[in-house]
Formats: sequence, C-alpha cells, structure tokens
Amino acid sequence: MSLIEVRAPGLLTTVQDLGREGFGPMGVSPSGAADAVALRVGNRLAGNAEGAAGLEMTLLGGSFFFREAAVVALTGSDFAPTLDDERVETWSSVEIRAGQTLQMGPTRAGARCYLCVRGGIDVKSFLGSASTHLLSGLGGFEGRALRKGDVLKVGRAIEGFRTFRKRNLARRALEKLSPRKVLRVTAGPQSDWFSKEAWKLFYRGTYRVTEESNRMGLRLEGAAIASASGGEMISEGVSLGAVQITASGLPIILFVEQQTTGGYPKIANVISADTSSLGQLRPRDEIRFELVEMEIARALLVEQEELLVSKELILG
Amino acid sequence: MTDLEPIAGVRNLHPAYCSLLIKFDAMLLRHEQLEEILRGYIDRMEKAALPEPRLVEIPVCYGGEFGPDLEEVAELHRITSAQAIELHASTHYLVYFLGFAPGFAYLGELPEALVTPRLTMPRRGVPAGSVGIAGSQTGVYPISTPGGWRLLGRTPVAMFRPERAEMSLLSIGDRVRFVPISRERFAKAKLENA
Repeated sequence: MSLIEVRAPGLLTTVQDLGREGFGPMGVSPSGAADAVALRVGNRLAGNAEGAAGLEMTLLGGSFFFREAAVVALTGSDFAPTLDDERVETWSSVEIRAGQTLQMGPTRAGARCYLCVRGGIDVKSFLGSASTHLLSGLGGFEGRALRKGDVLKVGRAIEGFRTFRKRNLARRALEKLSPRKVLRVTAGPQSDWFSKEAWKLFYRGTYRVTEESNRMGLRLEGAAIASASGGEMISEGVSLGAVQITASGLPIILFVEQQTTGGYPKIANVISADTSSLGQLRPRDEIRFELVEMEIARALLVEQEELLVSKELILG
Repeated sequence: MTDLEPIAGVRNLHPAYCSLLIKFDAMLLRHEQLEEILRGYIDRMEKAALPEPRLVEIPVCYGGEFGPDLEEVAELHRITSAQAIELHASTHYLVYFLGFAPGFAYLGELPEALVTPRLTMPRRGVPAGSVGIAGSQTGVYPISTPGGWRLLGRTPVAMFRPERAEMSLLSIGDRVRFVPISRERFAKAKLENA
C-alpha cells in the first residue's frame, strides 16, 4: 500500500470527490470539490476515473512526503508547486519517486488547488462519497481538514495506467475552462419579488467576495437590494449556486456545503456551467452577474460536459 | 412516491413546508420532460399511501446552561419558566421536513403562547442537542453549528447517527413529544450514549 505523509497541511486541505447526492431529505448537502472541473480534469491527467477522491487545498497549499512512487496531477489554481525544490507544472501529470516531497506555496491567482493521485485518496466512504463535510464533521479523512502528521492511503490504480506517460491539458480546453469573474445566472424562484431598480442594481453592480466566505456560501459586499417581502419567506429547498438576498440586502451565494433549505428570497441562480468558477473566488475578488435564459444555461452546460469527456481534452 | 418509483436523472430532493425542490441531471432531462413526468405523480398524490406516523419521545433537560434563553422567553410571554417548559412539552409536534443541517427536523407548531422571534444576533456556536424555538417552529440542533434559534434546553439523545442504518432519529411525518428530564437523568443518559 502506498502512503503519503502530511508534513504541512496548508490553510485548509480536505479530501473531496464529486460529493454525495440524494440525501437532501435528511438535510445532508452534497459537499464535494468546490471546483469540480479542476478535480475532474486532475483525475483524468493522473489516470483515474474523473470522480476519484483528491485533495482540495485552499489559498495556501501543503507539503506532502511520498513514501512510494506515485503519479499525480495538480489542477485549479497555481500554488507554485515544487518537487524536492524543483518547480513542477500544473495541469499536467507528474511522476514522483519514492521519498520525494511535493510542496505548495500560497496561491498566485484563484482560491483552490487540487492534488490528484493515481489510485485516488483512499478514505472510508460515507453515504457513497469520500467528500469531507466540514460543518458536520463527516466524510473524508476523519471528517476534518488535514493536520500535520496525518498519513493518507493511496487507493489501487485502475488497470492500464501502470506506466508513466506525460499528459497535458489541451491549451484550448484550459482557456475554455478557466474560471470566470462574470458569473452567468438564471432568474431565481423569487426574482419577481424584486423591483426594476433592484434588478438594475444587482445586474449593473460589482460585488466583492468577503472574508466570511467558505464552502457553505460566499457572502458578498456591494449594492444592497431591497425585496418586496422585507427579507424573509417560508423556508424551502435551495440549490447550489442560489443567490439569496438576506435581510440586510446583501447577496449570499450558496455553495457545496450549503444548508439544504433556506428562508431568504433568491433573485438568481448561478448556472451549472459556472459553479466551478465559484470555487476559485477568494476574498476581495470582484464579480458581476449576467442574466441568461435557461436554454442558454443548458447549452453552456452541454458544451462544458462535452469538452470534459472529449478525447481532445488531454494530450499525450 | 418518488422513493418507490424513482425518476431516472433525478439526483436529489429537498422537501419543505409547501414545496419540493428537485435537482436533476440536465444532461439527461429537460425541464419540460421532468414537468410532464411529475404531473403524473401529482395526479396520484391524493391516493398515495403514507406510512403510519411514529411518535418519538425526546427527553430534554430544560433551562440553566442547557437552555440559556428559557427565562427570557418566559419573561417575554409573562409566564414562569416552569409554565414555558410545560407548554413546550405538552404539545405533539409534526416533523414537516428535514433541512438546514444533517438530521435537523423542522417541528411545528408551537403553542401560541411560546411563539417568539429568532435572536437578532445568531450565536456563533450552538451545542449539539440544543432544543430551540423560532417563530412557531421548534427543533433540535443535531450538530454544533452557528444558529439563531432561542434555546430552551438540551437532549442527551443523538439526532444524527451516521453509523446507523437509520441515520436520522426523525423522519418527515413523524410526531414528536418532548419529555422534561432532570440534570441527573441527562448526565446518566449522556454516559449511556457515549
């Protein structure tokens, strides 16, 4: 069995896969990688099924000692990774020899970097997923962020990937998949609770991501918006990327570890093709919203999914 | 019905008071298609057989450090703490749905004389097992989270037990009654559960 020692955990490093769907009736949100596109591509580069469990690092990366040889890929934000002090490429497969240390620094742009290891990170599955749900302390590695001294197990690699072959993400795909600061949204279930003026403020304004943003939600600063209801409504289910307008008039975008129901009116919803971009936003980033029709949202998702499963995605 | 006859492409369900949010795979289904399928379910909804509701008793140690808002709630309604406990524990509540956090059941309705708004400033940490009220709802925090409900007491019973087949103590449609217990009983039950 192959093992990885955590020499430094980084700011907030968790085991994530694509999350657990289907447990909404119990109040359990899916969790999963904040930038699912980066995790999926990372797994393909490392030679895994796209939903294998990897490490999600936040703003500041960790340092990992590989007891055995491994093949890895680093995707998402560039945290200036080095292997025994030699710079290694991101969005590319990397061969690691036994006894080498992979070290990441702080982010250069974006918020999250993914470390995918051939074979995946092997943790006990909870409700069918390896994802850590930080709020409830469930799933992942002991239900928590990694600490110094933790030892991670690497799973068994799927067949056909025993030997190393350099793989890169096609440049065109990297451009197409790069995170957006102008988030495309569809109208939310309560969008008609807001006046024309409120809509104008929301769609013309620039919003800043605040420090109180995490995997549960992104709190924004900017033009406050008044809703007809004065802020509260009867609780209902809320979806990933829902843009709630709180009593203060400021938006919160619900994210992967979201509460499953909520009582604030939702002016908009980030489209599925752009939810991964949310995972790369960090405090003080400025974002805007662009309204699109449902058909466009669907077409953009189909385009993204086709690219993610295409043969041209990976070179080598 | 969606449990017995699952719809291909549906990924998740979020029932609430008077709504059901359905998350589906947009690569497999279109809105119009799903709407069409759901219409068939809605037409048969009145005829669907529901499981017999269970009555679940939840022991609660009221007041003190376990129920830091009990006295204030009683004062607001010009009753004694004992009367507030009596009111809260004398009602059979319905589990409307689970949401917010794993195993958090929205229970209602509170007796009129206990209906109280949320705290203006939510607490940063509410201990697991805390029994709170908000508006005409009541509920138990299964895990320690931030929260704005007013806290009346605490239960030693685990509401969310990920290691068990039936993870959540409560399910949609259950009836719930709170049973006041002493600090000694609470401590003993805590030990037994540990």
